[in-house]
Amino acid sequence: MRIIQASEVEALIKQLILDAEFNIGDDIRSALQTALLRETTAPARLALEQILENQRIAASEQTPLCQDTGMIVVFAYLGQDVHIDGGFEEAIQSGARSAFHEGYLRASVVADPLFDRINTRDNSPAIIHLRLLPDDDNLRLLVIPKGFGSENMSAIRMFPPSAGRDGVVDFIVDTVRRAGSKPCPPTIIGVGIGGTFEQCAQIAKLATARRVGSINPDERYAALESECLERVNALGIGPAGYGGITTALAVHISCVPTHIAGMPVAVNIVCHASRHSEGSL
Amino acid sequence: MIAVNAIDITLPLTPEIISSLNPGDIVRITGTVYTARDAAHKRVTESLANGEPLPFDLVGQTIYYAGPAPAKPGHVVGPCGPTTSARMDAYTPQLIKAGLRGMIGKGERSDAVRGAMREYGAIYFGVVGGAAALIARCVKRCALVAYKDLGTEAIRRLDVEDMVAVVLDKG
Ligand code: SF4
Repeated sequence: MRIIQASEVEALIKQLILDAEFNIGDDIRSALQTALLRETTAPARLALEQILENQRIAASEQTPLCQDTGMIVVFAYLGQDVHIDGGFEEAIQSGARSAFHEGYLRASVVADPLFDRINTRDNSPAIIHLRLLPDDDNLRLLVIPKGFGSENMSAIRMFPPSAGRDGVVDFIVDTVRRAGSKPCPPTIIGVGIGGTFEQCAQIAKLATARRVGSINPDERYAALESECLERVNALGIGPAGYGGITTALAVHISCVPTHIAGMPVAVNIVCHASRHSEGSL
Repeated sequence: MIAVNAIDITLPLTPEIISSLNPGDIVRITGTVYTARDAAHKRVTESLANGEPLPFDLVGQTIYYAGPAPAKPGHVVGPCGPTTSARMDAYTPQLIKAGLRGMIGKGERSDAVRGAMREYGAIYFGVVGGAAALIARCVKRCALVAYKDLGTEAIRRLDVEDMVAVVLDKG
C-alpha cells in the first residue's frame, strides 16, 4: 500500500493544467510546420504562421494559447495499491481552481446549462473520469482543457453494423465538412468506434490526445485513419478556414467491443490548440 | 513579427473602405472595435426591440466576437482570439439594420446574415481562431463599456493596432 497525499494530487493537477494551457506539444508544432511547407496560398500560410507565432508567444510569456481555456477534463488512472490521504475529487477541483487563478484562465463554465446560465466564476467544475488499475501503486493523470469552438462541432451516431467501413468514413468526413472553419482548423479528429453511447464518446476524447504522427498499431485502423485524413484534407477548408490542403493534422481512431446490434461512432474534434498534459505520482 | 502583404485600413469603416475590399484580401486593421458574444448580443437585441438606448452607438461600428481571458498584471488584456461568429447569426441581421457595419470573428455565417450584409453594405473579417496571445498584442487599450456582470462576455471597447485579418464576406 502506498500513500499519496491529496495535496500532491492538487499540486500536480494545477501544474498539468498550466502546462497544457501555455505549451503546445512538439508533435502538433512540427505537424503545423510541415503543413506550412505544403500550403501555397497567402491566407493559408498566414494562418499557419500566426498559429506558430502564437505558440511561441504563449510559451515565452507563459500565457494561455487561447482565450477559451476550456472546461477541464481529467482522466485519472489510480493504482489499486494506492491510498489517497484526503479527498481525491476535491483535490482535483481545488487544483483546477488554483490553476484558474494563477494562470489567468477564463471563467468559461455556467452552472445551469439551460435556464440561468450563470457563470461559476472560477471555471469549476472539472470533469473527472476515474479508472482503477490492478497491481499498480501509481496515480497517472491526463488533463485535457477543452475549448468549445471545436467541442460544439463534435458528433455521435448510433450506426447499425451494416453501415460498415464506408458508413464510418462518410460520417467522419461529413462531420468535418459541416464544422467548416468553426473548430479552428487545422484540427485533430478523435474517433471512437464501439462500446455504448457514453463509452464511445469517451474513447473519442482520449483518442484526441494521442501523439500526432503516431501510427495505429492495428493495420486496418491505420489505413482507415489515413483514408479519412486524406478525404478530410480534400475538403479544402484549410487553416483557419482560409482554404487549403490542411484541414486536419491527424485522424485518430480508437475502438472497443460493442453490442451485436450496434456500432456507435463518435467524432470529437479538437482545434490546433490541442491542449493536453500528462503526469504521474 | 510576420511579414505580410496587407491593405491597411483604419476604423470606423466607411462605404468607400468596404467597397474597396474583396473576399480573400488580407488587411491590417487599426481603430476601435467592440467585443460582444452570445449573452451581450441577446441583451443588445432586446434593447433594440424595446426601443431602449444601446450601451454604445452602433452606427458605423465594428464588433469583434471575442471574450478575452483576464489580463495579467501589467497587460492590457488577456489572450483575445475570436469566437465562432455563427452563434451570433440569430441576432446579427437586426444589428446590421441598426447600423453595424463591420464584424470580426471566425467561421461561416448564415444566409440571413449574408443577405443583411448585402442589403446594408456591411463586411465580415476573419481572424485566426486560437491565435489569441498573438492577437492580444494588437490591443493597445481595453475599457469596459457595459454588462460587467457578464464577465468575459461583457462589452469592451478595444483599440487595436495592425490586427491582421482576412476579408471573408461583404455586402
Ligand atoms: S476551438 Fe480551440 S483554438 Fe478555437 S477558440 Fe476554441 S479553444 Fe481556441
